[in-house]
Amino acid sequence: MNETRNKIGTWVGFLFILVWCLLPVVWIISMSLKGPTETGAGSPQFLPKDPTFENYGDILDNPDFRDSLINSFGISMIATVLSVILATLAAYAIARLEFKGKRVVLSLALAIAMFPVVALVGPLFDLWRTIGIFDTWIGLIIPYMSFTLPLAIWTLSAFFREIPWEMEQAAQVDGATSWQAFRKVIVPLAAPGVFTAAILTFFFAWNEFVLAISLTSTTQSRTVPAQLSFFVGPDPFNPPYGQLATASVLVTIPIIIIVLLFQRKIVAGLTSGAVKG
Amino acid sequence: MAAIDIKNIVKKYGDGFPAVNDISIDVQDGEFMILVGPSGCGKSTLLRMIVGLEDITSGDMMIGDKRVNDLAPRDRNLAMVFQNYALYPHLTVYENIAFPLRLAGASNDEVDKKVRDASKTLELDEHLERKPGNLSGGQRQRVAMGRAIVRDADAFLFDEPLSNLDAKLRGQMRTEIARLQKRLGITTVYVTHDQTEAMTLGDRVAVLKRGVLQQLATPRELYTNPGNLFVAGFIGSPPMNFVPAEVDGTSVKMPFGTVELPPEKTANAQGKGLLIAGIRPEHFEDASVKDDAPAGSTFRAKVDVVEWLGNEAYAYIPFEAPPEVQKQLTELERELDGDQMRTQLVVSLDGASRIAEGDEAEIWVDASKIHLFDPTTGENLTVDESRAGRIPEREDPKAKEKAEKMADQGEQVHSAEEA
Repeated sequence: MNETRNKIGTWVGFLFILVWCLLPVVWIISMSLKGPTETGAGSPQFLPKDPTFENYGDILDNPDFRDSLINSFGISMIATVLSVILATLAAYAIARLEFKGKRVVLSLALAIAMFPVVALVGPLFDLWRTIGIFDTWIGLIIPYMSFTLPLAIWTLSAFFREIPWEMEQAAQVDGATSWQAFRKVIVPLAAPGVFTAAILTFFFAWNEFVLAISLTSTTQSRTVPAQLSFFVGPDPFNPPYGQLATASVLVTIPIIIIVLLFQRKIVAGLTSGAVKG
Repeated sequence: MAAIDIKNIVKKYGDGFPAVNDISIDVQDGEFMILVGPSGCGKSTLLRMIVGLEDITSGDMMIGDKRVNDLAPRDRNLAMVFQNYALYPHLTVYENIAFPLRLAGASNDEVDKKVRDASKTLELDEHLERKPGNLSGGQRQRVAMGRAIVRDADAFLFDEPLSNLDAKLRGQMRTEIARLQKRLGITTVYVTHDQTEAMTLGDRVAVLKRGVLQQLATPRELYTNPGNLFVAGFIGSPPMNFVPAEVDGTSVKMPFGTVELPPEKTANAQGKGLLIAGIRPEHFEDASVKDDAPAGSTFRAKVDVVEWLGNEAYAYIPFEAPPEVQKQLTELERELDGDQMRTQLVVSLDGASRIAEGDEAEIWVDASKIHLFDPTTGENLTVDESRAGRIPEREDPKAKEKAEKMADQGEQVHSAEEA
């Protein structure tokens, strides 16, 4: 009796969360399939009356959107790769070495992560213009890295701490240099952590808006979230809702693909069997 | 293959704790050397200094003719089996074994040949493609050994390799290790806290306490001629009985009676007042089972508990000890990681003995096998030095005393931390 009640409760909760999370997504998808006459009709119905892929064609033909998509990919990828490499090395040092100021480094990293992005926009804008990296890829990559590194370092150092030190010592006795032990034993074992850090970093860079709109001025470096705000259409009282929704759907697709790809790599308990147990 | 010469090695940790105090051990080429002692005696630290995972504070570590103090582990050409095996979980068994060869840049053919040889020796053939996570404890243990034997290492080092296995497997693996070592004839240093492993595996055994070498001898020498109270109590299971004793001429008065000792045994023990006599359980016998029990060496005592095991039986006989001896015995128990509460004799009887619990029984004791210890220094007064291997305090009492002083500092470090 109790069991069935529990089951029903679980399913009700499950459905509630599912609807709560997916309703906006479904709504955006349905909107992306509506033509301009439908979205302009005041109070449109939930499902499209007359589904059309017109919006998709339009937006993919838009050179500004294509450029911003390339910018988004490039900037996010480079920021992720650099950030993860740096974070891996830093986290390894933090997990393994005893050095003065370790706590300072860690708390400083946390402080940076908590620093409000908006407060940095003004100074960065001035600085970037002075040194000439305003409206360039590198101008966005640098702040993205500094905001994602702390999280990546914290995640990774937690993973490194979990790896038994004996692994590395065994490798050294087996004839590995410190670098070989790190590359052939420690990094593969920390792979779930590396992928987690990579995904988090990529998401941040991919979704970031404030810096992207403030530190860019042309489609040479503007990323998709920033570019979307320029989709105003010919009439300011009648924004192209259908196209905005379509763009949103399109930028979500890579994220879903990446999560599905990396999900298989994030296998918890990879270290099981390393030691007794 | 090479000899390992440990010369006056000292290890002090960063907090000032002295883990190893002036230890010298010469491991011969091809010898199976055991480092044994209770937890915290510095045996693992010493092993890690041999392999290079721990810095040496002072002294010389010689492998072959080379001083290796400042060499990195990879340059020492030693193979080590860790307590928790330290297998690489992301690699298959095959790649785990091949790992040292791949690092050395061996060709694929050579790797394959050597890995297959090793896996055949260790009967791992059908597991080569599996990951360590899917193996049982004994199989993991064999993979760890495989990784050690594929290389032509100068020596094998084992750090308590059997402590994670269950009792039955431990026995099997013990024999396996002994067989492998004899076949390969390779110098081996093996760390354990288990005296059975030490006795069965070792060509020679080094007994350590608080980072100080107590005795270095063959298992037989350790058993029959322990250098001091600690070694006597550590080696042997069930452990040696310690009872208060007073020597008068050649007769020794103990709580349960007086026995006559051979004159050469008591020569060093004259006029020392209260001593501690050490008698191994098997040197007692039920007098009614023993046909030719000579007179003068039997006593009557009330048996408290009897544990009958078939081939033999253990009888427990409680006795009262004077406070000064009691204190020494409690201290010894603490050093041996034990927690024996009461003073009692453990007597090993023939399986045919009919002594039952609560009986007042006639027990015979083999007086020629009794050892006498000085309760203040712990020194064995009846030791036959020609058959006791190396006892540091006999060779150089001053050096041993200095080492013990260093170990005392360690206790101060720890008690300071607690305060």
